[in-house]
Amino acid sequence: MSTLLSVDGLGITFGGLRAVHDVGFSLQPGEILSVIGPNGAGKTTLFNMISGIYHPGAGKVILDGQDVTAMRPDLLARRGMSRTFQNLQIFQNMTVLENAIAGYHLQETGSFMADLFSLPASRARARTAKDGAMELLARVGLDRAAETEAGNLSYGKLKRLEIARALALNPKVLLLDEPAAGCNAVETEEIDHMIAEVAKSGVGILLVEHDMKMVMRISNHIVVLDHGEKIAEGDPATVSQNPAVIAAYLRAEAGADAGAAHA
Amino acid sequence: MSELLQFLFSGLTVGAVYALVALGFTIIYNASDVVNFAQGEFVMLGGMMTVFAYAAGLPLPLAALIAIVATAGVGVALNKLAIEPARGAPVVSLIIITIGASIFLRGVAQVLFGKQIHRFPSFSGDTPFRIGGATILPQSLWVIAGGLTVFVALYLFFTKTLTGKAVLATSNNRLAAQLVGINTNWVMTLSFALSAAIGALAGVLITPITNTSYDVGIALALKGFAAAMLGGMGNPKGALVGGLLLGVLEALTAGYLSSQYKDAAAFVIILLVLFIMPQGLFGIKQTERV
Repeated sequence: MSTLLSVDGLGITFGGLRAVHDVGFSLQPGEILSVIGPNGAGKTTLFNMISGIYHPGAGKVILDGQDVTAMRPDLLARRGMSRTFQNLQIFQNMTVLENAIAGYHLQETGSFMADLFSLPASRARARTAKDGAMELLARVGLDRAAETEAGNLSYGKLKRLEIARALALNPKVLLLDEPAAGCNAVETEEIDHMIAEVAKSGVGILLVEHDMKMVMRISNHIVVLDHGEKIAEGDPATVSQNPAVIAAYLRAEAGADAGAAHA
Repeated sequence: MSELLQFLFSGLTVGAVYALVALGFTIIYNASDVVNFAQGEFVMLGGMMTVFAYAAGLPLPLAALIAIVATAGVGVALNKLAIEPARGAPVVSLIIITIGASIFLRGVAQVLFGKQIHRFPSFSGDTPFRIGGATILPQSLWVIAGGLTVFVALYLFFTKTLTGKAVLATSNNRLAAQLVGINTNWVMTLSFALSAAIGALAGVLITPITNTSYDVGIALALKGFAAAMLGGMGNPKGALVGGLLLGVLEALTAGYLSSQYKDAAAFVIILLVLFIMPQGLFGIKQTERV
């Protein structure tokens, strides 16, 4: 199987702080790879470097055999990389449906003039995008909220809307930053199923998630970060037995307890 | 009655110019939430460059076209040289940059074109049409037609075309727009070019009536801004209605009260409208998630 996405020696420093240092892994089509680690381990920073939000200080990101390091997010989207955010990037003033349709615009090959005069070809295309968007909304359970303004949705629903929009881009690689945060147990399970299904269709999925049960259940491969460095990787069973991983999590917890005791 | 009609005609002419300026504000505001106070200078540049191209012996339509394209170039340069390098700065800082750009452009125009008043001839002569006892200049019809055409074109652009929707998406959430594959740098460039071109067109249309000088931009930007606020910032329909309404209000005040009060009356009415409807006549309520 050819590697879809490979990350090699990626690192960045903010001022004097080494946020991520020399992290590498590779992702195959249809694989679910989770990045875990205590709070502040550099998971989201890593995502931001891969998806072109931050310029990495060192290392390379290779997508489909091509170097895409520090490429702009819109160009990455065109090459098949799509992502969601922990703190949501939604078009708040648009309806749920319009948000999902926005994801389709890369697949539309519109002629400016045809659109301007609402020619049949342009209307047909708009209908295709709308139908496709509705289908995706149904998949994430938001079809009944299609006409609602996105700004009025709950956090859990917005998370799902963002996933639907990311899927509308028909990505090869999907980066999900805490897709289950703020969702209840039932919703989490639904997202579980959805992610597994998307992976089955051949999309490579990169996941940051705090819900360890979910991570252990659905991941094929896990990369563990602590203080910005990779301390372990492997399948869920191996990683959960790794002493360094257990130590990192225990230390994080002990630190939290100590902090609480001092407070 | 004929008197009222006369005031309406002159009000609609001036109002169409305000509407064009307001439409220029609308585009850049839609793309970036920035109110571009150099918009008035685009109008000045459009008129000025036409004057000099025409004086150099070019036919008027060609001179106007050159002026519009060159002004669009100035708009793009403004974005590339002043706005883009400051990306990430708060909107207020960007607005202040546009005020600086407006002062700069005015200064350059003063040096290049001098302080005199300039003009070029009307497009279709100066023989007024008589309608119901009032008169209207052929150039006024050009101005009004220009305003309406630009409005219709922009309305279709924003509601029908993918590019127009990309502009709106960029304004709504720049990062999200990038995530769905929109090249937001290009959207900004396009917005400044379009906005400057529309401003220049306003300058080309109005100069035969009002003449032009290096500093006509200040007043026009202020009135256009007021018109955009009155109609609801960001909405092409609001820009058109706001502009025409402001023009007519001014003309009526000047006609029935005194021309000394025309600015005051217009602004008092705007204040009243904004007290009651802070979003303007056609504005959408903004909700921000915290």
